[in-house]
Amino acid sequence: MAMLEVKNLSKSFGSTEVLKDISFTVEKGEVWAIIGPSGSGKSTLLRCINQLEKASGGEIKVCGKDMLIKNEKGKTVYAPPSVLRDIRLNIGLVFQNFNLFPHMNVLRNITEAPVRVLKKNRSEAEKTAMELLGKMGLSDKAKAYPCELSGGQQQRVSIARALALNPEMLFFDEPTSALDPELTGEILKVIKELAAEGMTMVIVTHEMGFARDVADHILFMEGGVIADEGTPEKLFGENASERTKQFLQRFKNN
Amino acid sequence: MSAEEIRKVFMILLKYLVPTLKVFGFTLLYSIPLGMIVALLKMCRVKLISWITNIYILIMRGTPLMLQIIVAYYAVPMLKQSENLPGFLNNMLSAVNIQDESFMFNAVIVAFTLNYAAYFAEIFRGGIESIPKGQYEAAASLSMNKLQTFFHVILPQVVKRVVPASANEIITLVKDTSLANVVAYAEITMKAKQQMQNYSSLIPLFIAGLFYFVLAMILTVISASVEKKLNYYK
Ligand SMILES: Nc1ncnc2c1ncn2[C@@H]1O[C@H](COP(=O)(O)OP(=O)(O)OP(=O)(O)O)[C@@H](O)[C@H]1O
Ligand SMILES: [Mg+2]
Repeated sequence: MAMLEVKNLSKSFGSTEVLKDISFTVEKGEVWAIIGPSGSGKSTLLRCINQLEKASGGEIKVCGKDMLIKNEKGKTVYAPPSVLRDIRLNIGLVFQNFNLFPHMNVLRNITEAPVRVLKKNRSEAEKTAMELLGKMGLSDKAKAYPCELSGGQQQRVSIARALALNPEMLFFDEPTSALDPELTGEILKVIKELAAEGMTMVIVTHEMGFARDVADHILFMEGGVIADEGTPEKLFGENASERTKQFLQRFKNN
Repeated sequence: MSAEEIRKVFMILLKYLVPTLKVFGFTLLYSIPLGMIVALLKMCRVKLISWITNIYILIMRGTPLMLQIIVAYYAVPMLKQSENLPGFLNNMLSAVNIQDESFMFNAVIVAFTLNYAAYFAEIFRGGIESIPKGQYEAAASLSMNKLQTFFHVILPQVVKRVVPASANEIITLVKDTSLANVVAYAEITMKAKQQMQNYSSLIPLFIAGLFYFVLAMILTVISASVEKKLNYYK
């Protein structure tokens, strides 16, 4: 079953076209990695699907529901607000710099949306939150404030926060880029565990080894287009495009 | 002045602490919420609204509060005298009874509230704009709506950031209440001036000064403890 269908997606900021004619389909349980140089539009792609940016053209379908469609006149239009809200609940987003709510403790960070948005009762939401924290190895941090946690712990809390809404799909935008190198491992481990559980995920990352390990499919973006794509075997092998090889070479060198 | 006279003056001024505190309290009560609304209006995407709000703020901050109090006090009686005003304004004016005892107090409160709301608005706007975009995006990605985001994510963080600047404003307000004596509103400063003339002594003025000083100290202590309370996160 297709969880995410993107067709001919385009996005411009003013006169600069940041995404051009992007198409791909993510099936249930798949893990996709998006790689590419800085400024190639990776974040913008995730943000368009997450409704944090308005797409300029194309079509997006999430869990079979139309989010962005072309109407009879060929104009690109969004689904009505209630549908958009439903769709958004299907996708959890994990940010590069966590964006936890600093004034709420860890437990509250995780329960805020389930209580306010899903109208769950607080004790039930807290029970779920504690389970998630246990999974993240953070049971003892429930009462801590984000500023008291390491970057890696904060990122695990933010993953728990996204999971608390029980999304069908999880997006990560460079989840380890703001972390000290020795802390990236703990996040990558959590993502691998989620992959093993069958979570559908789209991950923007600069961790090439990780992308190769965990992804079923890799998109290589450059200049707002999908420059190359395929299985890790293909992109990291001899059949990759020259450009892909060049890009990956840079990572081997450092 | 004899000790007995000083005691008498002290008791008189203590009595007039009440009208001083009334101006202080009511101004805070109205100007803080109004300031919040003005801050939001100024950030409104409709250019005309933010532009008009800005003019209001510029006038309030660019002219003396004392002048504003005088205008608020004399505007109604003056306008009542003039003819061929638009009908709605006439109706509004006739609803105000300038003989009423509370008229002076109301005029003073209107001037103070409008003035302080402008100052609070700028503080609140600064606070709201200092919240990182990522907070809104995190809330949006969790499907929180605009109101939930504002009241549960943004506002609590704004409060922490605006407490020091607001406390300054509030301490200034305690002292500014003395400006109400310009329209003969009977508060501490006006009474102290009268007593000074009565006794040909500066002591009543010093006593009045002492009252303001103590109030300012109390507020300083309160604001320091509020700041400390809000320090549970960075
Ligand atoms: N709000 C915006 N307004 C104007 N231009 C923008 C905006 N956001 C992004 N861009 C531009 O769009 C292009 C793609 O940006 P994007 O952040 O998607 O790249 P990226 O692939 O995520 O890069 P990085 O690896 O550095 O995170 C860049 O050229 C960027 O300058
Ligand atoms: Mg990016």
